[in-house]
Amino acid sequence: MATDTITNGTVSRARWQHLDTILATASPYADEDYVPGPNTVSALESSKILVIGAGGLGCELLKNLALSGFKDIHVIDMDTIDVSNLNRQFLFRQSDVGKSKAEVAAAFVEKRVPGVKITPYNGKIQDKDEEYYMQFKLIICGLDSIEARRWINSTLIDMVDESNPESLKPLIDGGTEGFKGQARVILPTLTSCIECQLSMHAPRAAVPLCTLATIPRQPQHCIEWAHIIAWPEQRKDDLLDMDDPEHVSWLYQKALTRAQEFNITGVTYAMTQGVVKNIIPAIASTNAIVAAACTNEALKLATDCAPFLSNYMMYTGDSESGLYTYTFEAEKKDDCPVCGQLAQNIAVDPVTTLEDFLGTLAERAEAQLKKPSIRTEGKSLYMRFPPGLEQSTRPNLSKKLEDLVSDGEEVGVSDPAFAIQFKFRLNFAK
Amino acid sequence: MLKVWNMKQQQQKDAQAEGQGQKKKKVTAAQLRVQKDLSELALGSTMRTDFENPDDILNFSLTIEPDEGMYKGGSFKFTFVISNNYPHDPPKVKCTQKIYHPNIDLEGNVCLNILREDWKPVLNLNAVIVGMQFLFLEPNASDPLNKEAAEDLRTNRENFRRNVKTSMTGGSVKGITYDRVLTR
Repeated sequence: MATDTITNGTVSRARWQHLDTILATASPYADEDYVPGPNTVSALESSKILVIGAGGLGCELLKNLALSGFKDIHVIDMDTIDVSNLNRQFLFRQSDVGKSKAEVAAAFVEKRVPGVKITPYNGKIQDKDEEYYMQFKLIICGLDSIEARRWINSTLIDMVDESNPESLKPLIDGGTEGFKGQARVILPTLTSCIECQLSMHAPRAAVPLCTLATIPRQPQHCIEWAHIIAWPEQRKDDLLDMDDPEHVSWLYQKALTRAQEFNITGVTYAMTQGVVKNIIPAIASTNAIVAAACTNEALKLATDCAPFLSNYMMYTGDSESGLYTYTFEAEKKDDCPVCGQLAQNIAVDPVTTLEDFLGTLAERAEAQLKKPSIRTEGKSLYMRFPPGLEQSTRPNLSKKLEDLVSDGEEVGVSDPAFAIQFKFRLNFAK
Repeated sequence: MLKVWNMKQQQQKDAQAEGQGQKKKKVTAAQLRVQKDLSELALGSTMRTDFENPDDILNFSLTIEPDEGMYKGGSFKFTFVISNNYPHDPPKVKCTQKIYHPNIDLEGNVCLNILREDWKPVLNLNAVIVGMQFLFLEPNASDPLNKEAAEDLRTNRENFRRNVKTSMTGGSVKGITYDRVLTR
């Protein structure tokens, strides 16, 4: 492996020889405006990018990105290192167990790739606001939760300001589950978003409750029974904590007893943990392949040296379907609750009543709402349906807007006549 | 050029900061979806929703009062708990009363395929309440959660019907006392 040699304070480019070759060569596939050469290299090096997640995918991503010429990388992760991570999360060592993933990963890569700056943040993505996300050129996700993906997706979409092209932050999303993986490129408001594609996520495979309750056939059924039926029935006052060995043992014993009743073998302590935590064994090679695809997209988006993925690549490496990838363009959903309709700014008179405001919505050309229901993030302002909710929100109709919302607050408006929902930012006219 | 964009950004930010200061919470995708689902609920005359806290639309209760079938005359109450991962995750539905029903156990767990193994994000709250209503019109002996009740339904429908009646008045069936759920 080539290493950097430092002579007279300058870092040798030997390590970047291949990258330099790519970025100095014209390509018939590249964008028309693409100019190969040192300017492209410096554009790459000055691109500030964000990696969300420093776990299985994150470790691969940080290593790949640093070795692909990115020099200013930020990383967010709220987790600490667990001993079970060490088999594949190769930036961590035994002595790191218990420390912040983001911090350890950043320090490791910085040490191995001189010249790269990695800024860790040990915390939740929700801690950061739009101003924080605005500083990056693009964002790469190596997440394990759909909830976090939906959050960053809607945040990036809300950030898009038509008058400022720089506010559009490409989102590269990698995901793996066992032998299956996916990489996708999302251009907020321009292409299909995570919310548009929500129904493509395979739901967690579940066994009918009645099978668990009556005739279990597999050891997993007995464990699920202990988890879903026995625990709430017998220990309803205890909040189940799968990191508490006593709780796991209890479930294990219950499952074991049930398995014996039905002549089922194979219930183990480890299986109990796996079933209840819904652990799908993580495969290092899947992470490596998906992270490589994501890094490739980041390099292409940052330099324009080749066309980027449009827009979804799925990968499977399991023994049943064989090694297989397929790329297609997921379509934007017109009625997507997140990107179907951007929040529009409207100026309102703060002393207008809610009822009068709803009346003006009916007249607005773009909305023409007949029976609008309206909510803020935390408040039901007026819900036309169902009847109970209508009754309890009706008194709000005669209240002034300034008593219901704050200046600049966002409201969601839905109407049974429309599939899409409208979002408005209410700015008080002074 | 980048520099210019940065300056423009800074200017916009400053203007915003002057006007508002605090960052505003946005309407979440899950909430928007629930808001939409609620406006499309077809409750009819046999169902009613109650929102203990009208501002919290992710938690509510549903009351079903069947106007036909073996459970006619009863009033059955369920809690709906919807997570922020809705509609990826299904709503969690539980019966708050102890009732005699082959597909509902004594803890209130409900065996309805779309609440668990067959849930899909394209389904909505209306699909769930239609499914719930159907459970009271056509209790199903092949997906039992309450094994005794399912067995009664399978072997002797008349006997099952009588047991339903007894249980709904707060009586006991095979040594188990059920909650009184009659509307009057």
